[in-house]
Amino acid sequence: MNKPNSRRNFLVAAGGLAAGIALPATVAAQMPGAPAATQEAIRRMVGTARINKGKVTLDLPALVDNGNAVSLAVRVDSPMTESEYVKAIHLFTEKNPQPDVASFHLGPRAGRASIATRIRLADSQAVIAICEMSDGSFWSGSANTVVTLAACLEEI
Amino acid sequence: MRNSVLALCAAAIAIPAFAAEIPLAERRSGYDFMSRETRTMQDDDTANPGMLWVLDGEALWKRKAGVADRACQDCHGDAGTSMKGVAARYPAFDAAHGRPVNLEQRVNACRVDRQKAPPLAHESRDLLALTAYVGRQSRGLPVAVPIDERTKPFLDAGRGTFFRRQGQLNLSCAQCHDDNWGKRLAGSVIPQGHPTGYPLYRLEWQGVGSLQRRLRNCIVGMRAQPYDFGAGEFVDLELYLMWRARGMKVETPGVRP
Amino acid sequence: MARALINVPAAAKRGEIIEIKALAQHNMETGYRRTQLGGLIPRDIIRQFVCTYNGVEVFRAEFHPAIAANPFIAFWTVAIESGTLAFTWTGDNGYSVNESKSISVG
Repeated sequence: MNKPNSRRNFLVAAGGLAAGIALPATVAAQMPGAPAATQEAIRRMVGTARINKGKVTLDLPALVDNGNAVSLAVRVDSPMTESEYVKAIHLFTEKNPQPDVASFHLGPRAGRASIATRIRLADSQAVIAICEMSDGSFWSGSANTVVTLAACLEEI
Repeated sequence: MRNSVLALCAAAIAIPAFAAEIPLAERRSGYDFMSRETRTMQDDDTANPGMLWVLDGEALWKRKAGVADRACQDCHGDAGTSMKGVAARYPAFDAAHGRPVNLEQRVNACRVDRQKAPPLAHESRDLLALTAYVGRQSRGLPVAVPIDERTKPFLDAGRGTFFRRQGQLNLSCAQCHDDNWGKRLAGSVIPQGHPTGYPLYRLEWQGVGSLQRRLRNCIVGMRAQPYDFGAGEFVDLELYLMWRARGMKVETPGVRP
Repeated sequence: MARALINVPAAAKRGEIIEIKALAQHNMETGYRRTQLGGLIPRDIIRQFVCTYNGVEVFRAEFHPAIAANPFIAFWTVAIESGTLAFTWTGDNGYSVNESKSISVG
């Protein structure tokens, strides 16, 4: 299912594909290595804005018991005041059938820029969180995880 | 994936079968082999998806059913009192059947005999919900299936099944769960196979299932023909597994990968 | 039947930041799985979750099929006044669930 080295080959291929469809340099340059579909999904969400690295901490187990329900938490460094707060947190994956996972809309009334949920991961891959701040800036964080597959699967 | 499982199974066959029971002090719940995140999912009632089934079970416990128009509660009262410790004692000997019955069969016997309602199907949401709710009342209590001259023959039969090689891979339960626990089968850790959390929420199932559903997964993995739900062989195996886990704490509703 | 399980502190101090946890009962069918006969199982997911506090939206989420079955979500809000936290999940095939919890803020 998951061939050794396929990730490297896939990323090289994806890089070529991304260049081919001429994504805005702002996304492609700042998310190097992310597959074209993921970059495309991110571009749809952030437009042509610059994505800065930092402020976003994504907690994901390094090794996942089962990809059907992976605990994930995102924290963003923000005072969460009326004048300075997190507007939204968007999650993307690299190797799921579709890159979008979820979007969370917060505001100053959240008090704390922190969310937790459980997601599905089809394979070992990176998950990317992109945060939209009240000043219009975007920040990103990511985490890698290894997804193991169950040994005794059900045959109904 | 499948090839690697077969390769590992083949490796397991090559290991001599020690078939030694795990010393009581070395027994560990499957919980201990899970990641921190999965353990947290089980521990936090507001994050444990099995609690959705427990809540359903609580509603069913209070709902009148059948021609008798009686709810479980009408006979048994508050489950928090009357059902405390019950799941820890099942499978239990049932005089009417002349053999041990598991919790699912006990619930259905009540439905048919007392409520005059049709039995609930194996793995149906309602049966899982009721057994999860009843099981929840024993959480934290030690497993204690009473073994006496009536249940002993069934315990021995279950033990026989546990140690018997079967299926195209010619494996016994004991070869994995007594002799090779803690090692890995494909990406998964082989647990000791103690049924302390059933019915439980399995991430693989994305839902709650019974011990027999889990045993069917194992048996299919051994390339053997699984018993039918509710078959005597299954209940005997459940009895042996519960006796093997005697003294360990009930975790219902457990969460497993 | 239990459609959702929500945890909100029953009481909080004014200005306290409280955690809210919500678990909804839903298979979150991805639309990528097939039956044994090869037919595609159509997508059936919760698409949106909204939390309002005395009628004002304080948190909203949009879900895609990568959100796990029986979606779990935890987030925070400032306890500003006593009242009601209302939760709405909406999704494919007309799915809609409303739940609410009251909170006393002193």
